Amino acid sequence: MSDRRAAVANTGNGFSYEEPLLFERSQAGRVGHSVPEPDVPAADPAALFPAEALRDDIPGLPEVSEVDVVRHFTRLSTWNAAVDLGLYPLGSCTMKYNPKLNERAARLPGFAVAHPMQPVALQQGFLQLCHELEAQLAEISGMDRVTLQPAAGAQGELAGLMMIRAYHEQRGEKRHRVLVPDSAHGTNPASAALNGYEVQSVPSGDDGVLHPEAVAAAMGDDVAGLMITNPNTLGLFEEHIARICEIVHAGGGLVYGDGANLNALLGMTRPGDLGIDAMHINLHKTFSTPHGGGGPGAGPVGVKNILAPYLPTPVVRKRSGDEGEGFTLDYDFPHSIGRLHANMGNVGMFVRAWTYIRTLGPEGLRRSTEIAVLNANYLMARLRSEYHVPYDRPVMHECVLSDKSLQETGVTTHDIAKRLIDYGYHPPTVYFPLIVPGAIMIEPTESESLEGLDRFVDAMCAIAEEAREDPELVRSAPHHTRRTRLDETRAARQTVLRWQPEPRD
Amino acid sequence: MRYIAHTERDVQRMLDAIGAESLDALFASIPEKHRLNRALDLAPAATEQELLGELSGLAARNANLESHAWFLGAGVYPHFVPSAVDALVSRAEFTTAYTPYQPEISQGTLQAIFEWQTMICGLTGCEVANASMYDGASATAEAALMAMRSTRRNRIVASEALHPHTREVLETYLDGLRAEIVTTPRDATGRTAPLADRVDAETACVILQQPNFFGAVEELQAAAAAAAAHGALLVVTVNEALSLALFAPPGENGADIVCGEAQSFGVPMSLGGPHVGFLATRRKLVRQLPGRLVGETVDTEGRRGYVLTLATREQHIRRERATSNICTNQGLCLLMATVYLALLGRRGLGKLAALNLSKAEYAKARIRETPGLSLPFEAPTFNEFTVGVPDSGEAALARAQAAGLVGGLDLAGFAGMPGPAVLVCTTELASRDAIDTLVASLGGQS
Amino acid sequence: MAEYEISEEMNYTRSDEWVRLEGSRATVGISDYAQHQLGDIVFVELPESGTELAAGEAFGVVESVKAVSDLYAPVAGKVVEVNESLSDSPEQINASAYGEGWLLVLECADPSQVEGLLDAEAYRAHVAQRDDAA
Repeated sequence: MSDRRAAVANTGNGFSYEEPLLFERSQAGRVGHSVPEPDVPAADPAALFPAEALRDDIPGLPEVSEVDVVRHFTRLSTWNAAVDLGLYPLGSCTMKYNPKLNERAARLPGFAVAHPMQPVALQQGFLQLCHELEAQLAEISGMDRVTLQPAAGAQGELAGLMMIRAYHEQRGEKRHRVLVPDSAHGTNPASAALNGYEVQSVPSGDDGVLHPEAVAAAMGDDVAGLMITNPNTLGLFEEHIARICEIVHAGGGLVYGDGANLNALLGMTRPGDLGIDAMHINLHKTFSTPHGGGGPGAGPVGVKNILAPYLPTPVVRKRSGDEGEGFTLDYDFPHSIGRLHANMGNVGMFVRAWTYIRTLGPEGLRRSTEIAVLNANYLMARLRSEYHVPYDRPVMHECVLSDKSLQETGVTTHDIAKRLIDYGYHPPTVYFPLIVPGAIMIEPTESESLEGLDRFVDAMCAIAEEAREDPELVRSAPHHTRRTRLDETRAARQTVLRWQPEPRD
Repeated sequence: MRYIAHTERDVQRMLDAIGAESLDALFASIPEKHRLNRALDLAPAATEQELLGELSGLAARNANLESHAWFLGAGVYPHFVPSAVDALVSRAEFTTAYTPYQPEISQGTLQAIFEWQTMICGLTGCEVANASMYDGASATAEAALMAMRSTRRNRIVASEALHPHTREVLETYLDGLRAEIVTTPRDATGRTAPLADRVDAETACVILQQPNFFGAVEELQAAAAAAAAHGALLVVTVNEALSLALFAPPGENGADIVCGEAQSFGVPMSLGGPHVGFLATRRKLVRQLPGRLVGETVDTEGRRGYVLTLATREQHIRRERATSNICTNQGLCLLMATVYLALLGRRGLGKLAALNLSKAEYAKARIRETPGLSLPFEAPTFNEFTVGVPDSGEAALARAQAAGLVGGLDLAGFAGMPGPAVLVCTTELASRDAIDTLVASLGGQS
Repeated sequence: MAEYEISEEMNYTRSDEWVRLEGSRATVGISDYAQHQLGDIVFVELPESGTELAAGEAFGVVESVKAVSDLYAPVAGKVVEVNESLSDSPEQINASAYGEGWLLVLECADPSQVEGLLDAEAYRAHVAQRDDAA
């Protein structure tokens, strides 16, 4: 039974190094960088500051050589799964290939070592790139205006809801509820709460999509708006979206689109044309900027013209008329929600996304969506004989399965996820969306080839077979990682959140 | 399309397996009237070679550390980045990984975050630190929200000498939450004026920037005492994180929350982002922390390993009652800072901070002896300071620019300036010659 | 479904708290079913002694690694005792939901409120219904 995994062995480079914490490598006297000697007289801190204002040691830092540091982090890196190593099918995360050209572009000195507050005349290339990226994203999403400032999707939600709140306040309306479908990402209700809104959950229908009647029933003149993810987290296109937007609009509310799943729509349809008033776009999902082990991302927000007065400042503007050529930064937005980021946002991600969009062009973007949707439907078609499909209908860019068909074996989604690791795969998103018990949410993206998908299907089917024949093998997985299952309960009960030199009891 | 492997034959085989007639048929759930029945109006696809040419052209129109000598800081600091930082951070196993939700195959990212948390605790003098915020400004806003939650009060006393962008972000974040921001002024020394009469029983926290926006080093202990007298927290926000290597840790001088921006630690200026905010606090406030935390544990064999922990604070579990909506953070920039801090280390970082101080003191000495220039604030500074100029900040900076320098930030428009002034920053990148040129040009003697 | 115990000695709420009345003192905890559903409990937040609670008022939370559950007062009363040992060993709730894992004691103004709660049989039916729905 366990021999099958040998064919798809996991890490497999032959080496698996142990590596202590940096602090445990530390040896007094070592340095990893040569700090220059001063070419000016050395200042005496003690002559400038009272003794209690100064420190003479930084106990939290190690003393290690450059070689120590390079080996340390290189070894650490070998313990990570990564897109460049193989399929990383996390649902709603869009773990597509991160092109190398993008990385090179972002490292050009005029982007990488330029300063956000340098004179506008000395950053014209950057402002032009921002202006072009805004226009590209507006065209792709069907929105009128775009702000690039939000640093991630959640900050984009915050910005979008703030603009919606400003819009209502400007009209003298007090609206304090936001509607959120029960299948939504957790950031949606959290962002609404940060705006001081009460969150009301709206149930999805039995067919997995939101129905106009459910929205109509929840609407009222105290509803500021609805937040909706389309396609939703079941991978289903919200086919009643236009009618739903009409209902919300008729009730005086606005509709916010969570753009996490925009990769399913490129060139096929545009959220703005469906009635969405504001939406964020995750550059680190749809537009190929790397996830970086948890960021940085970027969450530009597109809005319809009715929300344009409330855009965060500053706004990039192309000069016109007697202002002359080029671009400038506009702060003159009296109704703006204000500033969200210390600077202009995660600029390095703008450069990468611009490069990606220009690399693909309109046909390439549409092709990406077609293949992403083809891949998800192919996986569902091939896996439905072994895994329960709770909403059995054609999907968009991701499909949701569950562990229900393996229930009598005692093997759960958690176990399947861990066993996939033994086969060399990062697990899919699990136990989300919350409306599917034991959900297994798979988003292969367009980056995976047919052979790659077939190998993944083989692994999933093998695990289903193992669950029936040798459930303990699955329940105790992973078996071949550097660490077996980690005790998360212990981590939460006896929290150790930093290294300390004293022995702990 | 080089990023997609599928041949037409592959597509057909897959459609057959699905039982769909065409690619178009897969989109049947999008009602016909909502289809975009045209090509997106975007530039056609371009080759790698074409795009690099175009990008180089755009990049060349931005002044940068390679084209100019640099004295502009104001929240984003020009520092030398050792070669090993980008080399290590560029490893695809770090760059192309997701948030480490599956600990068995994310130990690299998790251990690095644990090391970052340890380093930030050491630098700030706090007991717990999270796994990064978007930037120093939003970290400060999150610190204010933490203070409001833990004190159940909603008045924030903010120093007038916060970076104006930090102040703006704070206002944006608090706007929907029935919070009140009270500004406490700056005194003639450049520091925040004594706080005693500004803090009261309604105050959730006092926020000071250290060193403050104008470069002055604040006196934290008095501020901490004023806050503590009314049960308010002291939040210290740091934009030039290198200063933490010179000064006593704020957490040991009465700060309850120490937050800020760690861009100085090996993160490229990158026109303002991505950078990396940090947020650290006392252990008793750990459940109020926003964002991710990594904790140590063991596996089933008893071997040490790391996991994301105390996740019930976060949006994916607590939804509208989470401590924050933050999800994606600044992971890779956190890694840059961790590698940088490892390289500089316990000795090197302090030495670098001392070098920055020396450059600034040299520049200030030259300014004192230059007619037309002045140092309007007497409070001591680190590597950034306010310089009074003879005519206008704009004119002075134009002279610097003509001499090949980005000379600082024009302080025109800031309240309470004794006269025209610029904010100048001198890091290890500022050579003595460049400092001499700067001083001469600001003073109109070049 | 996993095995769990429903003690005959308690009354229950639909939100899975139990209450045991001794005179006017009501001891409150969460049911064995609830601790099973949560999994390993890692944190408990309880009110301070002296807090007045209305019936149905949220008074704290119990957390496992990946779930949070609010706690609601089964009856009105003043908190007179809190199980302080749970802050160091919340796992007592897993080990002994009806015993050492008790949460707090309320001094009730109106002990008859307990009669409006579910008895063991009704709670068993309530739980069975929820299990079927899942």
